[in-house]
Amino acid sequence: MALLQISEPGMSAAPHQHKLAIGIDLGTTNSLVATVRSGMSTVLQDQHGHALLPSIVHYGEAQQVIVGHEAKVKQNADPVNTIASVKRLMGRSLKDIVDKAHIPYRFVSPPSDDASQGMVLLDTRAGLKSPVEISAEILKTLKNRAQAALGGELTGAVITVPAYFDDAQRQATKDAARLAGLHVLRLLNEPTAAAVAYGLDNAAEGVYVIYDLGGGTFDVSILHLSKGIFEVLATNGDSALGGDDFDHRIYCWILDQIRDANPSKQPLSEKDTRLLLTKARQAKEWLTENEEAQITCKLSSAYTVDVTLTAAAFVELTENLVRKTLSPMRKAMRDASLDLTDIKGVVLVGGATRMPHVRQAVQDFFQQAPLTNLDPDKVVAIGAAIQANVLAGNRSGDDLLLLDVTPLSLGLETMGGLVEKVIPRNSTLPVARAQDFTTFKDGQTAMSIHVLQGERDLVSACRSLARFELRGIPPMAAGAARIRVTFQVDADGLLSVSAREETKGVEASISVKPSYGLNEDAIIDMLKSSFSEAESDKKARALAEAKVDAMGIISAIHIALEQDGHLLNAVEKEAISKHIKALETALAGEQSRAIHDATAALNTATEAFAAKRMDESVSRALAGKNIDEVNL
Amino acid sequence: MAISLTPAAANRVEKFLSNRGKGIGLRLGVKTTGCSGMAYTLEFVDEMQAEDMSFESHGVKVIVDPKSLVYIDGTELDFTKEGLNEGFKFNNPNVADECGCGESFTV
Repeated sequence: MALLQISEPGMSAAPHQHKLAIGIDLGTTNSLVATVRSGMSTVLQDQHGHALLPSIVHYGEAQQVIVGHEAKVKQNADPVNTIASVKRLMGRSLKDIVDKAHIPYRFVSPPSDDASQGMVLLDTRAGLKSPVEISAEILKTLKNRAQAALGGELTGAVITVPAYFDDAQRQATKDAARLAGLHVLRLLNEPTAAAVAYGLDNAAEGVYVIYDLGGGTFDVSILHLSKGIFEVLATNGDSALGGDDFDHRIYCWILDQIRDANPSKQPLSEKDTRLLLTKARQAKEWLTENEEAQITCKLSSAYTVDVTLTAAAFVELTENLVRKTLSPMRKAMRDASLDLTDIKGVVLVGGATRMPHVRQAVQDFFQQAPLTNLDPDKVVAIGAAIQANVLAGNRSGDDLLLLDVTPLSLGLETMGGLVEKVIPRNSTLPVARAQDFTTFKDGQTAMSIHVLQGERDLVSACRSLARFELRGIPPMAAGAARIRVTFQVDADGLLSVSAREETKGVEASISVKPSYGLNEDAIIDMLKSSFSEAESDKKARALAEAKVDAMGIISAIHIALEQDGHLLNAVEKEAISKHIKALETALAGEQSRAIHDATAALNTATEAFAAKRMDESVSRALAGKNIDEVNL
Repeated sequence: MAISLTPAAANRVEKFLSNRGKGIGLRLGVKTTGCSGMAYTLEFVDEMQAEDMSFESHGVKVIVDPKSLVYIDGTELDFTKEGLNEGFKFNNPNVADECGCGESFTV
């Protein structure tokens, strides 16, 4: 039975008193809000009966802010002050935004001392607006809708984000919620939310793939569901691929068509761009159930566009977009070490999965028909609502444990600018891993620990998260100290790293907080390059390792020569120093093979010297001692 | 019959009372609501009502109004930990059926 707490006199809560908690799917194209009422999850509608709120914010004259359908109407007439797909700009700097020519907003780079360093600003009628502020307007609208429908203050909200959102993007989403006056119970990965919605409502167990092709992002997640426990086995995706791109293909196609008919080749105005994009989206939606779409509209130049797009032509136009979703799926399957036969079901999420050729591609890839029994637009919001309900304490929470994974590997810098991975990608959270490291130089008393995130082998190609120093290591020979470095990531994805020298017990640690302005590449880029650059990484790693080895040996020999140089005659000394020179020359180059060979040669050349040193130290230890005193 | 506390529960109640700084005891009761008929209430007591009955258990004064007593007579109140949650639990011999979540019951 439920556990009770003591209340103040007369204040006992009525049983089943419901804390109002909502789930929000803050989408690129559309946003939704859902809640759990009387054990049933429902998507909340506005007074006109619309469940979807277009994620569009219009800054009108006289300071008013319009969100949703009414803003969408303004899109064609006033594109500069009507911001759509703001999610793509969250936590992004100006240089991250590609394809600026096709986006009709006036982008402004923020002053560098701005708190949200790097995040792009938009110049609108209402002044400079950050993507965080614009998203907050959308969240505010959803919050008001929920409060009107539920009749009360909200305890909190679960907001979904793409699995690929990095720290900066997640933090930006949280900030937007705070601006909107929402208490964030948790950020939940969208595919995980979809699994929550399907897993609970249908009580299905097994390995599932969540294929989420939304307005602006593509995510694929592989989840293991059993007895109400959701474990994310792998995630992958493309943070710049979605339904918008399909619209864009149609838009470009229309441009091609009218270029043939209209040779004036004048650049389109912002207004016309919007108009054609809207028409393109309508055509795409129409083609889901129809064989051809008629696109007619009048441009500002009075030129009338009148073209017909057939379903077959549309499939051909967008075929490579669909194909682009296959490679993340393959990678996720490989990460999870699964075969196609392990997959029990495929869940489709996102409005773009309504397109018949997308469904067909998914079906062909997984050799089974995808699940579609929940509305692909609502799945994520419903899952978020279920999770919010549990987190707000409306359920005892005993049957819903959510496990998430680290999107990128975490590691630290070792000698030679290499990254040693401590927590591999896709480890389930929370996770703690310890690894032992040692000193590189004799008598080394401090160690600098550089924490990195990424898949590449070289420090320069990964993203730096933090740096700290461990001091007070007792002086020892190189390699004798044992320093245990522990990486810990809690359930909210917060990383802490601690280092401890085992003999003396000195410790140092650091917490890595999500922040803006790390100037990192998008996670997706890092992932992509880790695959495409694997070969050059391997070479660079070999070279760096060979250099570290060689420098270690040279320094050891210098020390040995200083201590026991008298054991060698001039000829022997000359031979060794010749080999050292050769190795130093090789070190200056970039050939790991050459360094390797020179190191081996130096090793051989010093073998006799090493043997002499050994004899010397043994006889030194034995000198003047009685045979009985020598403890063998 | 009477109402009693387990030592763990008594210990906890004493701590809560001293943290709160005032109060003479703990009130157990039922009210008619919830999905299965009755629901338990658990409150601090600052003032006793004329008709209240009181019991002493491990040094803690337990107060019950007579209407509630018929439903919970013989109850032992325990304090337990279940996973991450901890709280009080009614071991009520009168219960015939509980709702799924255990917040309400019928006799």
